[in-house]
Amino acid sequence: MARHEEKVVIRRAVRALDERLGSSPLLKKALRYVFPDHWSFLFGEIALYAFVVLVATGIYLTLFFEPSTALTTYHGPYAPLHGFEMSKAYSSSLDISFTVPAGLLIRQTHHWAALVFVVAIVVHLMRVFFTGAFRKPRDLNYAIGVTLLGLAILEGFAGYSLVDDLLSGMGLGIAYSVALSIPLLGANFAFFVWGGEFPGADSFEPRLFIAHVLIIPVLIATLIAAHLAIIMRQKHSQFPGPGRTERNVVGTPLWPGYALRSIGLLLAVAAVLFLMGGLIQVNPIWQWGPYEPWQGTNGAQPDWYMGWLIGALRLMPNFEPHVEGWTLAPNPFFGGVLFPAIVFGTLYLWPAVERRLTGDHARHDLLERPRDNPWRTAVGVAFFTWVFTIFAAGASDRVFVNLGIPYTGQVWVFRFAVLVLPVLAFFITRRVCRELHSSELHPLRDWVGTAVGRTSTGGFEEIRSGRGD
Amino acid sequence: MRKPAPALALLALLSATAAVASFAQAQSTAPSGDAARGRALFVDGCSSCHGFDARGRPGQAPSVVGAGAAAADFYLSTGRMPLDDPNEVPLRAKPAYSRGDIADLVAYVGSLGGPAVPPVDPAAGDLNAGFRAFTSHCAGCHQTLARGGIVPGGVAPPLQDDVTSRQVAEAVRVGLYVMPRFSERQIDQGTLDSIARWVQATRHPDDRGGWAIGHIGPITEGMVAWLLAGVALLLVARLIGERTR
Amino acid sequence: MRLVRLLWRALVAIVLIAFHRSRRPTPAPPAAPARDQSLRRATPSPRAEQLVIALLFAVAVCAASFPVIYAVHDDTQLLGLALGLALALLAAAVIVAAKELVPYEVAVEERPELVRPEEEEEVVRLVEEGAEGVSRRRLLGLAAGAAGLSLGAALIVPAASLGPNVGNIIRETPWRRGRRVVDERGRPISADAVETRTFLTGFPEGADPRELGSPVVIVKIPPSELQLPAGRDGWAPEGILAYSKICTHAACAISLYRSPLYEPTAPRPALVCPCHYSTFDVRRGAAVIFGPAGRPLPQLPLAIDGERNLIAGGGFSGPPGPAWLGTRRRS
Repeated sequence: MARHEEKVVIRRAVRALDERLGSSPLLKKALRYVFPDHWSFLFGEIALYAFVVLVATGIYLTLFFEPSTALTTYHGPYAPLHGFEMSKAYSSSLDISFTVPAGLLIRQTHHWAALVFVVAIVVHLMRVFFTGAFRKPRDLNYAIGVTLLGLAILEGFAGYSLVDDLLSGMGLGIAYSVALSIPLLGANFAFFVWGGEFPGADSFEPRLFIAHVLIIPVLIATLIAAHLAIIMRQKHSQFPGPGRTERNVVGTPLWPGYALRSIGLLLAVAAVLFLMGGLIQVNPIWQWGPYEPWQGTNGAQPDWYMGWLIGALRLMPNFEPHVEGWTLAPNPFFGGVLFPAIVFGTLYLWPAVERRLTGDHARHDLLERPRDNPWRTAVGVAFFTWVFTIFAAGASDRVFVNLGIPYTGQVWVFRFAVLVLPVLAFFITRRVCRELHSSELHPLRDWVGTAVGRTSTGGFEEIRSGRGD
Repeated sequence: MRKPAPALALLALLSATAAVASFAQAQSTAPSGDAARGRALFVDGCSSCHGFDARGRPGQAPSVVGAGAAAADFYLSTGRMPLDDPNEVPLRAKPAYSRGDIADLVAYVGSLGGPAVPPVDPAAGDLNAGFRAFTSHCAGCHQTLARGGIVPGGVAPPLQDDVTSRQVAEAVRVGLYVMPRFSERQIDQGTLDSIARWVQATRHPDDRGGWAIGHIGPITEGMVAWLLAGVALLLVARLIGERTR
Repeated sequence: MRLVRLLWRALVAIVLIAFHRSRRPTPAPPAAPARDQSLRRATPSPRAEQLVIALLFAVAVCAASFPVIYAVHDDTQLLGLALGLALALLAAAVIVAAKELVPYEVAVEERPELVRPEEEEEVVRLVEEGAEGVSRRRLLGLAAGAAGLSLGAALIVPAASLGPNVGNIIRETPWRRGRRVVDERGRPISADAVETRTFLTGFPEGADPRELGSPVVIVKIPPSELQLPAGRDGWAPEGILAYSKICTHAACAISLYRSPLYEPTAPRPALVCPCHYSTFDVRRGAAVIFGPAGRPLPQLPLAIDGERNLIAGGGFSGPPGPAWLGTRRRS
């Protein structure tokens, strides 16, 4: 029988491993490892798989990309750029897009994967925040997660800047100005990074390249490994429910159910990214042209995950404190250094702040639904509203101008909104959470109220709309 | 692959429209108008701001004496004039006058002196000289692919839709509203032709990457990442994630 | 667009199919699985098996078409569609298998206790034992600290090679009195080429145009309208002005010139940066009138030589480019 032969093969494989590694006890444990079930637990996994796609496509791209600002004259297939002097970095990126077969597919997939990677991390962060998953014992792992978000943004920006098209160069110019604006040591720091004054020494592009393809990815991979190892040690948190306690994990074991689902998710993420890479154009570098420091284009924008910083740079009034002629804090400091420092500082410190404010130092393995903790949820929504309003200010200008609302007026509306919307969001959210909590309504479920159903023993029972998940 | 046909058909359609459009573009020529009739139209529709003598009214509207046919043709053929309120920003609109009326008005304003409608021949231009010049002179406001942009206190319009090469040339030479102007000394005739050629080319740029999501760049790319990829993956997560409860 | 719509429909169909199938054997909610007991049910459905097999064959077809497209005509859209659909179908197959073929199971696992007081004590004791019998602990600690610190400092020194000393590099610009102003191709710019309501980009002759202190934007304003700051008499011959082209906010190129045709009904003339829309009043020495820039664009004094070409009358009025600590300015 085939069934019998299968069993023999499996037994042989397990024995072979055992003889060398003594792996059976570990394997047994791993196969029975339990994953609690909830769709919202999958965002981190989506980020992980986007990273897998990033590494795979990125390795392919390194085989063609030339990280050099040495000048060359373009003679490739894209006619409007014929005869242009440009860096080898830009011309090799054009070649990836035009002459390497399947090169554009891989390049675009890589770019989409980067955008989706950060989307997934941000959504995952919000899930963790609003369910209280960052509480002890997971506060350490939460800090690793926040660090990963920062590294992902940095990594994405490095990739966007490597290409040396007009947008890359304008973005790097802004980054250089932000580096310069760090009080006291800014100029030294910027010179260390760029190897001199902007646009930088010849060594700058190779430095950026090695940061993008080695240093930051290795850091990200290492931290992801630590992130996962800590999860396995602590086991997953879970929502409260029947049979679920602080002391156990209820869910699907790794084998076979969860392994298959997770592989399915990996394939689905890869599918979405490759479909987008093939069908939706992303960063058409040939349409922007090469960068020269004296050239600029309207509509220059960074990738979305830098948009919050552009918004902050734009909204900041033209305040530049100086004493005796020395500039203490150049203007980009406020939007480009202080603002992200506040955002990341808040994220890092939140678990400790919450412990201090609530006096709750206990270990928590059961999650809270957002409504169960109206105060935290309201603070969180206010915080994300604040960041989002600033983010919107960096991008919505174009939309609003097309609607006939002048840009200068918008800036003042946004400056006002940045102060007012978070406060509004706080009170509205707190109210909504309290209402939901007291009435046990589920905003996403179809029906509201109670119904009567039959029980298995033939009696009647009341079914309420809140199902406690 | 079972479905290569739609993609190929789409490509064929795109290149066909590109060819037709560039052919149609080359055909537009200016009809010569009747200045006397133009004068009557002017008194009727323009004099409330520009004055009966066409010398303008202080604080309201400039003199059109010496403004030239180029400016008149530009403002009227793009529907930017007449304005309801002189303090409004003149924006591109459907022309208020018929082609014949515009020709007459242009003839009248032209008869008061000033630069004639500038010659331009995109076919004589050079694509990469055009891209180079456009990046240097125009992209700061209009964006490298001529998708338009923001100026505090104004808007730089996108240059696709029905913008003609003649209007491009007029705008370059006259500098309307808050746009700077460029004479022969800054942009010579060959460069002007090339710019017109590039502006034409921006209607159908090389979008080998696929759906170009409006050519606006990272803003729409971010929206797609959140709304398309995000929602698709959320669906997958809902599908496989929730089983026990 | 059509392709995208097609793809979208396919995606929706896949999702709907999978959703539908998952709903079929709605399992009774696991009635509170006891602590050590799990719920297990193995009822593979023949229909699901057929579906998975069909999906896997479809994967094979899509995946096999990829090399064919690659070889025949490497169209990015077709390649992406082939690979993406193959992956999507495989994902669907695996997910259907996960939900319908393999045993359905709810397991309960105990959570590890993280804190174990006896073992903690042991660790503390072991660590302490490492220093058993050492008498001059404080001095030893001090010496170790000194060694560690200085070694760390020594090891970090090579990082100083990363960039030059800041010194005067940022402050220095190639502009000198008498240096000719040239265009992108190195040709001198004649004063007669500069007209009102136009703008040009100029560079110091023979210098590196990519240096932030190099590019200037040149405009002309009727001299009677100029309201330059005190001490700039003669900086704008015939009303021709030159300002640094690099924004004092964040180093983008000032590439917008707002130049009203008829000023009473339009905003006044200004140079604008396209990155954050800092707006500089050209008549008043590029004073900031809107946006985040903290100081005006530095002005370059101009003069006209015997051949009517523009030359620099000296250096900039202030340091060009984005600010740093050493950016000196008049209070």
